Amino acid sequence: MNFSFVGDNFLSLTVTGLTQGAIYALVALGYTLVYGVLRLINFAHSEVFMVGTFTTAVVWTALGYGVNDPAPGALGVVLLVVVAMLAAGAASGATGLVVERVAYRTLRKRNAPSLIFLISAIGASVALFETMGALTDRQPRGIPVLLKVKEVFSLFGASVTNLQIVIIVSALAMMVLLDLFINKTRLGRGVRAVAQNPDVAALMGVNKDRVIMLIFVIGGIMAGFASVLYDIKVGTTTYTVGFLIGIKAFTAAVLGGIGNLRGALLGGLLLGVVENLGAGLFGNEWMDVVAFIVLVVVLLFRPNGLLGESLGRARA
Amino acid sequence: MNAVISKVRQADEGRVRAVTGLRSRWSNLPKPWRFAVVAAFVILLYSLPGLELPIISTPDTDFNSVLFLCAVYVLVAVGLNVVIGLAGLLDLGYIGFYAVGAYTVAILGSPNSPVVQKFPWIVCVPIAIAFTMVSGVILGWPTLRLRGDYLAIVTLGFGEIIRVFALNSTITNGNRGISAVPSPGGDWPSWMSWFPGIDAGTKIFSITNVIGFYWLALTIVIICMLGVRRLENSRVGRSWLAIREDEDAAEIMGVPTFKYKLWAFAIGAALGGLSGALFFSKQTFINSQSFDLFTSILWVAAVVIGGAGNQLGVALGAVLLAYLPERFREFADYRLLAFGIALIVMTSFRPQGLIPSNRRSSELKDRAKEVTVGE
Repeated sequence: MNFSFVGDNFLSLTVTGLTQGAIYALVALGYTLVYGVLRLINFAHSEVFMVGTFTTAVVWTALGYGVNDPAPGALGVVLLVVVAMLAAGAASGATGLVVERVAYRTLRKRNAPSLIFLISAIGASVALFETMGALTDRQPRGIPVLLKVKEVFSLFGASVTNLQIVIIVSALAMMVLLDLFINKTRLGRGVRAVAQNPDVAALMGVNKDRVIMLIFVIGGIMAGFASVLYDIKVGTTTYTVGFLIGIKAFTAAVLGGIGNLRGALLGGLLLGVVENLGAGLFGNEWMDVVAFIVLVVVLLFRPNGLLGESLGRARA
Repeated sequence: MNAVISKVRQADEGRVRAVTGLRSRWSNLPKPWRFAVVAAFVILLYSLPGLELPIISTPDTDFNSVLFLCAVYVLVAVGLNVVIGLAGLLDLGYIGFYAVGAYTVAILGSPNSPVVQKFPWIVCVPIAIAFTMVSGVILGWPTLRLRGDYLAIVTLGFGEIIRVFALNSTITNGNRGISAVPSPGGDWPSWMSWFPGIDAGTKIFSITNVIGFYWLALTIVIICMLGVRRLENSRVGRSWLAIREDEDAAEIMGVPTFKYKLWAFAIGAALGGLSGALFFSKQTFINSQSFDLFTSILWVAAVVIGGAGNQLGVALGAVLLAYLPERFREFADYRLLAFGIALIVMTSFRPQGLIPSNRRSSELKDRAKEVTVGE
């Protein structure tokens, strides 16, 4: 137990944790959207994220921006990030759609129990990451350094870097946009209606299948955005990258209350901070253990997560 | 595309009819006949190491080791079936129990572990089973009050915690692992040397000649399968069934659901611990790398694909999971990919599994009838 270290670095550990948590939160949105509407764990979502990480690398290489090139100027950074986000969002959204069509739709028509959905999703997940493994010869792939990390300002002694600002700000912006989309637009109202009661929504003229496709695509796009931020932060990817991020993001979704968008944000940020502080306290190797123990403790006292479950009801 | 799918569906329906016909014919056979067939099958299983079967033997690996792995996986599947198939609790971190059982034997029995007091194998295994049962109760006590999907993530977390603990703790020797895990003693007596591959005077349980271990594992599997079968038809088994079909209704009808769910967890855990102890007695070396969550998830897939709730089905699923990768080693790069695609295809064509349990497939049919508006 290293109390003095945590005491001295509390703020900087928190900022690092928030950065990691922002990525968890974006991925957690995919889990939470699907769970909120269909009441099932989309186990293949981690692979949707994985596809995004590779898309970014491929697109940047295609634009002539290699691993060893120097970091571009501010305009170049913005341009590259926007292009990568568009490409990764499109690729991940398409992957999510394919997963829904191939792995879920036939089962949905038959009202299969959720265990069967889980197995099908595991199958889709294995097939996706094995395909990527075969395509990349199972080698990790380096990603060009986009930002030269430097301190922008210091907050009570904790340094905040440009990288952290970019990640946290863009993740928060995505969240706000998604929240507005679900709460304010017509399509979002359809999503909420199906989440609340699929049968009545269908009777009221909501096209259920289209809503379900929509949530898979939106979840995929969010995972794609998260994958770009992940690439900028970590600088390398491999075909098994999705597994751990997926589990963490799902944990974050459950922590905040699965099926609840704001819960995913809260859960993601909280999980990132808690596991970073835990790592500071007990050592890096215990990071995941801390994360899961916090989850169990929270579920003991709040069985539906911190903010409660429902996508439709939370702010009806 | 649709034509192909409907063709496959038709062929599959034909297969289902054949299986159902076979089943009713089987249950109409006189009891001595059935007993004789089962006995012949068991004798075949025992004699597999000595029959040089042409197609099913594995050219790239020791066939007896593959048989042993199959037997251990069947034991895992039987245990996991109690949790998933009978009680309907989704446990994604079953490998945690497997690890607890294996590490208990290693720590208490190996001369290279940090614990001073040593026990012989035969003492270690019951302790390991008891330990895993206790760990099942410790995990189940707080978490079994949660609903299904939450249980999945919490058990997943448990599996990961056990792995990280094994990797970083001093009692498990961290990543160096523990060598010289104990195994049962004894030499082959001379009257056994007629069996191909057995030399009288050599050790019965060794890593170089796995016949002894295979027979031990097979015997344990048969005993456990019979035991679980008795449980299924007992008061406990009926309670599990009621819980699986509708937990609230079961509670109202007076089934103490929490208690029986805890029992399912403890019994499943004990079987998992036993299989871990068995496997690593043969392996003689243990470290945390053998316990990744992905294996645990594959086990769940094997149980569901085989036919959750039916012991023969889950055994078949487990054998396929253990055997196919060893048989097709030359396609090592693509076998997982094929497995993933097989899972998707299987679930959309046969959600009830290869050899379904009767009751479970009728539950699935009921659900299919309840398809909601808008579909």
